[in-house]
Amino acid sequence: MLEAATLLAGALIALGPIALLFGGRAQTALYALTALLAAGLAGLALAALATAATARLTLPIGLPWLGAHLRLDPLSAFFALLLGLGGCAASLSAIGYFRHSPEPRRTLPFLPAFLGAMLAVILADDAFSFLMSWEIMSLLSWALVLADHRAEAARRAGFVYLTMAAFGTLALLLAFGLLAGPQGAYTFDAIRATPRGPLSVALVLALMLLGAGSKAGLAPLHVWLPMAHPAAPSPVSALMSGVMTKVALYAFLRVVFDLLGPTPWWTAAALIPLGAGTAVLGILLATVETDIKRLLACSTIENIGVIFAALGLALAFRADAMPAAAALALSAALFHAFNHMAMKSLLFLGAGATVGATGTRALDRLGGLIHRMPVTAALMLVGALAIAALPPLNGFASEWLVFQAVLLSPALPQASLQLLVPAAGGLLALAAALAAAAFVRLYGVAFLGRPRSPEAAAAREADRPTLVAMSLLAALCIAAGLLPGLFLDTLAPVARQLLQARLPAQAAQPWLTLTPVAAARSTYNGLLFALFIALSAGLAAVAVHRLASRALRRAPAWDCGFPQDLPNSQYGAGSFAQPLRRVLGTTLLSARETVAMPPPGDLSPARHTVQASDPAWAALYAPLAGAVEAASRKANRFQFLTIRRYLSLVFALLVLLLLGLALWS
Amino acid sequence: MQLILPMLVQGAQMALVVLLAPLLTGLVRKLKARLTRRRGAPVTQPWRDILKLLQKEAVVADSASWLYRAAPYLIFAATWVAAALVPTFATHLQFSWTADLIAIVALLGSARFFLALAGMDVGTAFGGLGASREMMFATLAEPAMLLITFALALIAGSTQLSTIAAVMAGPAVGLRVSLGMALVALIIVALAENGRIPVDNPATHLELTMVHEAMVLEYSGRHLAMIELAASLKLLLYLSLIACVFVPWGLAAPGQGLAAHLAGLLAYLGKIAVGAVALALFETAIAKMRVFRVPDFLGIALMLGLLGTLLLFVSARL
Repeated sequence: MLEAATLLAGALIALGPIALLFGGRAQTALYALTALLAAGLAGLALAALATAATARLTLPIGLPWLGAHLRLDPLSAFFALLLGLGGCAASLSAIGYFRHSPEPRRTLPFLPAFLGAMLAVILADDAFSFLMSWEIMSLLSWALVLADHRAEAARRAGFVYLTMAAFGTLALLLAFGLLAGPQGAYTFDAIRATPRGPLSVALVLALMLLGAGSKAGLAPLHVWLPMAHPAAPSPVSALMSGVMTKVALYAFLRVVFDLLGPTPWWTAAALIPLGAGTAVLGILLATVETDIKRLLACSTIENIGVIFAALGLALAFRADAMPAAAALALSAALFHAFNHMAMKSLLFLGAGATVGATGTRALDRLGGLIHRMPVTAALMLVGALAIAALPPLNGFASEWLVFQAVLLSPALPQASLQLLVPAAGGLLALAAALAAAAFVRLYGVAFLGRPRSPEAAAAREADRPTLVAMSLLAALCIAAGLLPGLFLDTLAPVARQLLQARLPAQAAQPWLTLTPVAAARSTYNGLLFALFIALSAGLAAVAVHRLASRALRRAPAWDCGFPQDLPNSQYGAGSFAQPLRRVLGTTLLSARETVAMPPPGDLSPARHTVQASDPAWAALYAPLAGAVEAASRKANRFQFLTIRRYLSLVFALLVLLLLGLALWS
Repeated sequence: MQLILPMLVQGAQMALVVLLAPLLTGLVRKLKARLTRRRGAPVTQPWRDILKLLQKEAVVADSASWLYRAAPYLIFAATWVAAALVPTFATHLQFSWTADLIAIVALLGSARFFLALAGMDVGTAFGGLGASREMMFATLAEPAMLLITFALALIAGSTQLSTIAAVMAGPAVGLRVSLGMALVALIIVALAENGRIPVDNPATHLELTMVHEAMVLEYSGRHLAMIELAASLKLLLYLSLIACVFVPWGLAAPGQGLAAHLAGLLAYLGKIAVGAVALALFETAIAKMRVFRVPDFLGIALMLGLLGTLLLFVSARL
């Protein structure tokens, strides 16, 4: 099966140059082919997960003495499944999205190759091919971010992204250098066999948090994400948010859970607050964001935070020899990663349809789209409910599992973790509640109410391929919400591979009830939940319509007797966020409101301005950029010296080096 | 008998909560009226209102979508299912294993999600105002609720309500500081979630500070009846929750006969009546807060929940 997966990766990468030859003429066929290959990959990965076997392959490419080592085990198969499903949906939607694109060659060659590069990262079994594929993946996604290179914002996003990607790869390079050790053991098998001291473990973990964390969007390395993900065309945004962040997650899992060997408990103490803090910061940014795609990118940061917090819990349980609890936390993290892939891709494709129909990303120019884009609106509602972690959909199922893992923390022996985990659980609950607020705001402002601009009033339903892709993802969200047990059983081999433990088999439970520990402790059944709600809602509706009244009259809105015709009298994105911005944003986002009121008699309009900024910029990046600039200004002087001075500098350096050499030996 | 009794109990509870919820609202209103020396409407008035509303024609705004018309039924159904899963007079409900406390609270979150969306659907300023404030309150109430759940789970070793009730009724628990903190926090959360007086005024109309009423301002007829019924159900649910966790005595256990169930029912009615009196007294004695004082009020719940949890780590007996 590994051979087939390798062929798929090769075919996807090869599709890029082929697409370059054909140009825009065979666009539909090429995207359809990409979707087909991705779907094949998903099927393949599912089969590999079911057999839970490990396959190895060495190809004679790459470094001559090393070759390219490839491997397909349950961990890589699970992430290949994510990649296949997300890639299939995004390529399907690309058929419609790019149909009227003026420059098809800006995206067409890069998209399949990007998928292929991500697959290569997942399959790589030695440090060289891993880093090589990682870098190709970064560069291809950078090219996709710059698809709309004439926009100033996209160019800026591309620059920030490239800087962060280079920094992340550097951290990964150092991490693998440490892992390989002085002997240069580059294959993962050799790395696994090397024993390691605590200092090396700490350094590798820190470097992985920098390298994989920056790609995944872990705070404070998340700042590029709300710029770069939305700048790309929407199917690519879906891929970057839904799938590429998961590839970063894969890198972290592969190194920390697999290659690094046993980790001490304090690694968890570092990871859990980081994850919980990222979750709250990300979703708080989303609640004040007024750009529909940036909002979704901010919510990606939140979900990555939730996943990392759950991974931290898994590390804690693993270090304290509680394999069942560790399996629960790890399964929760993986299940949430899967769910996030489905719902975030769905939401980004829907946002793309919205932007395509109205030509604007500003929430305050949308409104009332549920009347003009009914199918998109219905599918987006599924996505919004899922990502707001509401039962009976999938986002809740995985967050519920995370909370069950949090509730197992009293058994941990370390007092610091015992105090840390409940507080982190509170933060995760805060993030979940904020997510509900953020997505009520997104859905309410964009899809409900009255249109706020002529473009929104004239919007048309999305193209058919995008609707098909969105329906597939929505079906996935609903299925994972109603039958979470089946999905958890599917990813059981991953937990068994990394922790030698798994959750109790969920398919054997009566009524497929989710039972992570024991039935007396906690159970949840999404299927019955949904059934009960549907039954009682239907019963109530039928009873009321039959026995009471079914008369209905349409009339202008009442609005307390003073209806306002202006669509701007509705609550908009800024006004909806105001209470939360004031309560939580004042300290965390340094949000400020200023009202410039002209003096009486002056006819100029009053102005209300809101400022809110990501704290990471002010606390970390602005000083960093300032320091770099100051240093380069100082170094700039060396550019304008006379030849005499250059020669004397060279001579002084030579003397210094010789002196150093003499003293050292 | 093994299967039929829990099924019967479940059915009886579903019917009971729907019948009882508007009566509870009526009772609180009556008590509040008497406390302010008014005569007040009869206890059955909310039921009469609902039946009247059901007969009336529904007036729907031109700009409303299908979501606006479907939401009342979904909100009612979600609240009803949640209320059906909280033990009232017996612990052995047929479907109590469908959800634990976290899932029940999250289900109420789904109902709130639809209510807030319905408020924004017509496109008026009031709807958005109510929705935005409701989501802010929920944002602070939900973490507090999770920390309360955490404290309870630490004591009972479970988030399953029937298990928690059984442990709490047992002799092993006794009086604890952490439980007291959890109780106060839960009461604050319940007041906020139901829009009761220090947070929101359920009797208000046409007032700039209203939250729940602002969201449902455009609703009329059968839709409004469904929403009113759901709001009453939610109040009853939170009272039942407090009763089931903190005063679990009298709950009929599996295997007990009809007499025990009747005694459980009487005990439950007594607990709810006591709760109604306490609520009416509290609401009469206190004034409504400004909207931006509410976060401080909910912050107390959050801190109490966290303190209660941490106390249990310091000593399992506190």
